[in-house]
Amino acid sequence: MNKLETALRDLSEMDRLNSIDSPVHRMSPLAKFLITIAYIAVTVSFDKYQLSNMLVMILYPAFMFSLSGIPVRTCFYKLRIVLPLVMAVGLFNPFLDRVPVMRIGSFVVTAGMISMVTLMLKGVFSLTASFLLVATTPMDCICAALRKLHVPSMLVTLLLLTYRYAGVLTEEASVMTDAYLLRAPGQKGVHISAWGSFLGQLLLRSMDRADDLYASMKLRGFSGEFAYAKDVKLSASDTVLMVLCIGAFILFRLVNIAGLLGSLFV
Amino acid sequence: MLEFRNVSFSYEKERPVISDLSFKIEEGETVGLIGANGAGKSTVMKLFLGLLMPDSGSILVDGKELTKEVLSDVRKALGFVLQDSDDQMFMPTVIDDMMFAPLNYGMSREEAEAKADEVLEKLGLTELKNRYNHRISGGEKRMAAIATILAMEPKVILMDEPTAALDPYNRRMVINTIKELPQTKVITSHDLDMIMDTCSRVILLSKGRVAADGPAEEILKDKDLLEANRMELPLRYYM
Repeated sequence: MNKLETALRDLSEMDRLNSIDSPVHRMSPLAKFLITIAYIAVTVSFDKYQLSNMLVMILYPAFMFSLSGIPVRTCFYKLRIVLPLVMAVGLFNPFLDRVPVMRIGSFVVTAGMISMVTLMLKGVFSLTASFLLVATTPMDCICAALRKLHVPSMLVTLLLLTYRYAGVLTEEASVMTDAYLLRAPGQKGVHISAWGSFLGQLLLRSMDRADDLYASMKLRGFSGEFAYAKDVKLSASDTVLMVLCIGAFILFRLVNIAGLLGSLFV
Repeated sequence: MLEFRNVSFSYEKERPVISDLSFKIEEGETVGLIGANGAGKSTVMKLFLGLLMPDSGSILVDGKELTKEVLSDVRKALGFVLQDSDDQMFMPTVIDDMMFAPLNYGMSREEAEAKADEVLEKLGLTELKNRYNHRISGGEKRMAAIATILAMEPKVILMDEPTAALDPYNRRMVINTIKELPQTKVITSHDLDMIMDTCSRVILLSKGRVAADGPAEEILKDKDLLEANRMELPLRYYM
């Protein structure tokens, strides 16, 4: 199995996660989308030294994981390529900011270390929240929610079609890779000298497909506005849940819950 | 119902793909459009659909001359099943795809879903309703592609190689479905056995012209005619 086939299996796995039946999956896509946006906005707004304040934000993904039945391991496995990049963001902070802030035994904790961990957690929390949204909501529902929020139709259509055709294009690339490797024994991948023609072929195939696809859309009455089969509506319970979640995020942002809890024991 | 009147078309000057082509298809007919590669079959389909406009001559669909002004009305009457179902099934699920055209043509969600349900039931595909398009098999995808077109309630159905790349079981299923459709149908294919099974009339194209036009039984048994136009007898006549 080549790497592209593995990527295809990963895409199918997301569909399987989408099809689980849980309270989180049944929530309105619009509510989930707005909660996720609010969560990410609040998470990234913490100051780089507010590590203890921010720790409480872990409650949201923890709550969502337990309710949705999606294994935490699956999330981190899916994010295995992006996570190291996100974690690398604050990697140099300990060397640049060496002001000591506390001591654990003989170990001196510097401001740079705190800011590095804060930045890493911001990235991990944001990615986890995004993953939970995508894993519990089919892409067409997310797109319908985006349209409800008046995101331009062209962008949403592009997102929807990219998602739909990522698999088809990957499949074509996978077949091309197999055809190449069958005639290039001993090579571990497509040699750099063939990249140009390989990508060129893929581009031409994509253009042909795009032409046919657009023709198919036009022939079925498409006039620029995508008609989504699913309508996204906010029920009263979704609205209450959304208000509670966003309210809790704001509370976590304004009040150091972890500090307060700590002070009860000190 | 459909008519080509002295239509000529070329993609490049000096190299006409369709030359002075004329034929007429009556309401309710099922016509097989056959010919070797490059004979002009796909171009004829695209001209019918208004995806290409003729250099000269005129095309009539349901009594209306095909012009840019009437294009959307004409397209509403035509359903086109593409050769590659992946190009046709662009929405995430089968039901999304089936509701795409009805919603675009102003049906309410409830009406569009009821229409989709009716078509799925008629074709025996109800279990596909909420399936993801990229998770269904090639045969199911082809049947679903036909279903998306039927949900539009077209007067004419155009099909480009409807049985290409299907296993025998799915091929037979598609053939049986085509036979039961009451609409006017134009089918292009190299699968002459399928054409024999589904079409009462055949138009044989060669270099953008009509090489023969007549009953399927007659044309598809004419070995010399077929071979002169780079084709072969249907397999059943070799037995």
